[in-house]
Amino acid sequence: MEKTNIALLCEHCGDPCPNDKIVLGESHFCCEGCRLVYQLLNRKGLCTYYALNAHPGVSRRTPVRKDKFAFLDQGKMADALISFRGEDQTHATFYLPAIHCSSCLYLLENLHRLHPGVLSSRVDFAARTVFLAFDHHRISLREAAELLTAIGYEPYISMRDLGGSRPEPNRRLIYRLGVAGFCFGNIMLLSFPEYLGIDGSESMLRQAFRYLSLLLALPVLLYSAQPFFSSAWSGLKSKFLNIDTPIALAILVTFLRSVWGVASGAGSGYFDSMSGIVFFMLAGRVLQDRTYRALSFDRDYTAYFPMAVTVLEYSTAGDPAGPVDSTGPTSGPREVSTALPDVRCGDTLLIHSGELIPADGILTRGDALIDYSFVTGESLPVCREMGEIVYAGGRQTGAAIELLVFKEVAQSYLTQLWNRQPRKTTAARRPFIHTLSRYFTIIVFAVAASAALYWQLVDPARTWNAVTAVLIVACPCALLLSSTFTNGNLLRIMAKYHFYLRNAETIGHIAGTTHIVFDKTGTLTDTTAPEIRWQGRQLSKLERWSITTLAAQSTHPLSRALAAHLRPTSELLYISSFIERPGGGLDALIDGRRWTYGSRAFVQSQTAGGKREELGQVTPGAAIYVACDGHLLGAYQFSGRFRAGLGTLANDLAQHHKLTVLSGDNAHERRRLQALLGDGVNLLFDRSPHEKTQYIRHLQRWGDKVMMVGDGLNDAGALGQSDAGIAIAADCGNFTPSSDAILRADQLIRLPAFIRFCRSGRWIILASFVLSILYNIIGLWFAVHGALSPLVAAILMPASSLSILLVTYGSSNVLARVLLREEDHNIH
Amino acid sequence: MSVIILLLLASLSIALIFLGAFLWSVGDRQYDDDYSPPRRILFDDQPPSPDNDHAKLTSK
Repeated sequence: MEKTNIALLCEHCGDPCPNDKIVLGESHFCCEGCRLVYQLLNRKGLCTYYALNAHPGVSRRTPVRKDKFAFLDQGKMADALISFRGEDQTHATFYLPAIHCSSCLYLLENLHRLHPGVLSSRVDFAARTVFLAFDHHRISLREAAELLTAIGYEPYISMRDLGGSRPEPNRRLIYRLGVAGFCFGNIMLLSFPEYLGIDGSESMLRQAFRYLSLLLALPVLLYSAQPFFSSAWSGLKSKFLNIDTPIALAILVTFLRSVWGVASGAGSGYFDSMSGIVFFMLAGRVLQDRTYRALSFDRDYTAYFPMAVTVLEYSTAGDPAGPVDSTGPTSGPREVSTALPDVRCGDTLLIHSGELIPADGILTRGDALIDYSFVTGESLPVCREMGEIVYAGGRQTGAAIELLVFKEVAQSYLTQLWNRQPRKTTAARRPFIHTLSRYFTIIVFAVAASAALYWQLVDPARTWNAVTAVLIVACPCALLLSSTFTNGNLLRIMAKYHFYLRNAETIGHIAGTTHIVFDKTGTLTDTTAPEIRWQGRQLSKLERWSITTLAAQSTHPLSRALAAHLRPTSELLYISSFIERPGGGLDALIDGRRWTYGSRAFVQSQTAGGKREELGQVTPGAAIYVACDGHLLGAYQFSGRFRAGLGTLANDLAQHHKLTVLSGDNAHERRRLQALLGDGVNLLFDRSPHEKTQYIRHLQRWGDKVMMVGDGLNDAGALGQSDAGIAIAADCGNFTPSSDAILRADQLIRLPAFIRFCRSGRWIILASFVLSILYNIIGLWFAVHGALSPLVAAILMPASSLSILLVTYGSSNVLARVLLREEDHNIH
Repeated sequence: MSVIILLLLASLSIALIFLGAFLWSVGDRQYDDDYSPPRRILFDDQPPSPDNDHAKLTSK
């Protein structure tokens, strides 16, 4: 692999350039795609795009399917995007998640210069959408989408996800804020005469001002302060004192006291304080709301595990769909791996044995035997025949089937299912937060009551100040919000590095791991491109095709590799009967002959006296054995390649964890593996999936917190048994419900960094707890002494919660940069 | 001096009109996107480019 020249960054997207060959004038680019975009913008006079921000572009390295937007030519999806269709004009809105800076704004609002068919465009930056007005005679909706994709802003179109693209800003809160601000300001002005010394001689005026203040305070109490009252009331109804109760009480008490004061002529009341409290609390809430939304919005879109599924593209007559086979018959359907949001109604999916069904469809080929335990909990497979409807969420346990999609499913649905799986036993930390928040309010009331009592006896004038300040300044926000917020942020950051956790609880489990168990095949070894050799007697074409068909059924990493190796020169045959034994192999009937395929032990048990001479050259190791009609034909030999960086990975992890490797293979690679990983690692071979699960249970009984890293399907039991089960995904959809996290294969070497990151997450939460408690103690101290005016308390409270939120956000981001960025140069 | 009451009421009513205008503008989504308007006004208008043909952007 060429060493990346870190001095050269792509002018368009900022990625490091692999060489200095791709140039245009003085500028270098990382790929042809980026250079093309630059060239286009240059020619159209849109170079301001590059002047406004450095490297504003989105990397064009991964090409997009050419007919990806074909569905926009007609249909309800297109209608959902179009808001107006007139004689000459159509208006449509696209959601472009890639919008991120002012250059994007500039370019997208100058689309009319890229294509004369576009009449005008307007960006809503906050919602990341672009509103297009175009002449549909000169450019179609599909071409508009393709134009946007070509310049790097691919529209994200997903029927189901579109509904929740951006939460509506809470406008009602802003209305209340506006009203509160209006009244607060005017009441303050009306209080000036009182402060500046108007006396009893002008009593009529004074009364007039007081009653006007009261009038202005009414909308504040009845309208603006609604959120606090309704929240406190619903809390009280469920016999639960939440954080809004003291605030609601403070507002109500101040108001009533002031009304009594004005009505009895005893004083001017505290309307300015009361409306000020409401105004500042609402302002704090609005700010908090916005900050939270801005920071957590991205999770919904990018933090879902990028599941992919195989779509069959059938070529239309005269249009070659893919590479022409030189050996076999031509124009079979082309298999295209497609990300889940891009699956459309009318697509035909190829679901392999063991794969999850990602959308509702009609069975068009094969016999479906579906395990719906993911959805219903019932693990007895359900039988479906051709023409019947198959629902999403199940796993196919029979041979491969083809499905015609009639209803797409949002990724959020699958993640929801994932989260519904039975949870691991939770640590005792959870109840702590809840009891603390319940007692918090009671403590605050107690302090307020005692302060009231004290001051009433010593200096009655300071009572109201003290009590209201106490009720307001106490803020348990950090206690309640910081852990959910920090965890949410951690999940989002890790998803960016392709480590997808099921939920926030998993962070705790990962952080508490003491013992890490690795699977070997597919986890420590890279099976995406191994060397494969056939050892055995010469195979006929039909036999090769049969073996390819078998290989295409299984999702075991070795099978996948074999299928990829054999596929281009073979055709898939029809399987009459099919039995899979996990960890063992496949038993199938093809074309009247009985095939046995799988591990050595499995195949030999099914054959009557295999010819050992055939296998003389097969070194025991990763190999797939094949037998036909009871006779051993030979084996495919895989020479496993270990992933790069395993030595450092093992060293790093060994500092704080015990390490074990559990493999289903035999021990032929023991010496090599031991040398690679070091002596501290325990290597165990020839373990069946059941034995692996037992082993983990055994470790747990001895007090270890076990993390299992394995490939999804064969280690399902072990992953489920461990405290944190991480499934390694090569790159398509091997989605395992029993795992707690999914890690992309090339990110395995970052595992120590991820563990450190999860650990430090706990420190962040602890720090924010401590900060919050400190703030409360200091605040209450001053409040109890009557030294804190309720107005100042009302400013301090939202300010404190906001600052703690920002501190946790900032520190988790800084930590991410420190811990996770360091190995960036290994990954492209 | 009691004319000040009249003045107060008059100015409060005018202020209420402005409050109404604020509430309307929030409802009219004018504050939804606060990022683009300041930057949009700073973009230069450039003379239309003579090259008006649609350039095909395909990777092959």
